[in-house]
Amino acid sequence: MANSQDKKNGASSGFVYLPLIAGWLVPGAGHFLLRKWGRGALLAASIVGMFSIGIAMQGELYSGAKDILEMLGMAGDLGNGLLYLISRAAGLGADQVTITTGDYGTRFIVVAGLLNVIAAVDAHNLRTGRKA
Amino acid sequence: MFRPSHFAAVVLFALFASVVFGITQRDTPLRMVRYGLYCFVLFVGAAIALSWIMYFIAR
Repeated sequence: MANSQDKKNGASSGFVYLPLIAGWLVPGAGHFLLRKWGRGALLAASIVGMFSIGIAMQGELYSGAKDILEMLGMAGDLGNGLLYLISRAAGLGADQVTITTGDYGTRFIVVAGLLNVIAAVDAHNLRTGRKA
Repeated sequence: MFRPSHFAAVVLFALFASVVFGITQRDTPLRMVRYGLYCFVLFVGAAIALSWIMYFIAR
């Protein structure tokens, strides 16, 4: 029973942490690897949507860790994986928050990263058979 | 630049977070939808309740 479930999830072969890493780097990719197309698409749309809205609201992408709050913010931002790295490289987001919506945007970006970590761990749980 | 109202920002936040919570915290599609809706209502309801509390505190 467990073996057939593993095969159904595409979990019978390959690197066990691949869905976790892929899901972190690209939102939804961990679920796509496990052929959970619907779940992956909804997760990708939610996380990319939240990140994009945060950028559009002139949210700040944390670039350094001068104090504990910035360190925590950067940890959240890093949860976005490639979205964060590409956005940093492209110079997106505000350098400094000057408007109220920018502050909301910063939180949207951090929470998108945290939600992406939850989604990546869910993909790992599906891969190991801990979740159906 | 996108400048939503405070309430629109709350609804967007609740929508995206609820979708992720629903999918990741439950096993079956029906339970995912129900838990997602539950989280969405709690997010928005809590924001409205706290807003009224702050409104009366500020008066």
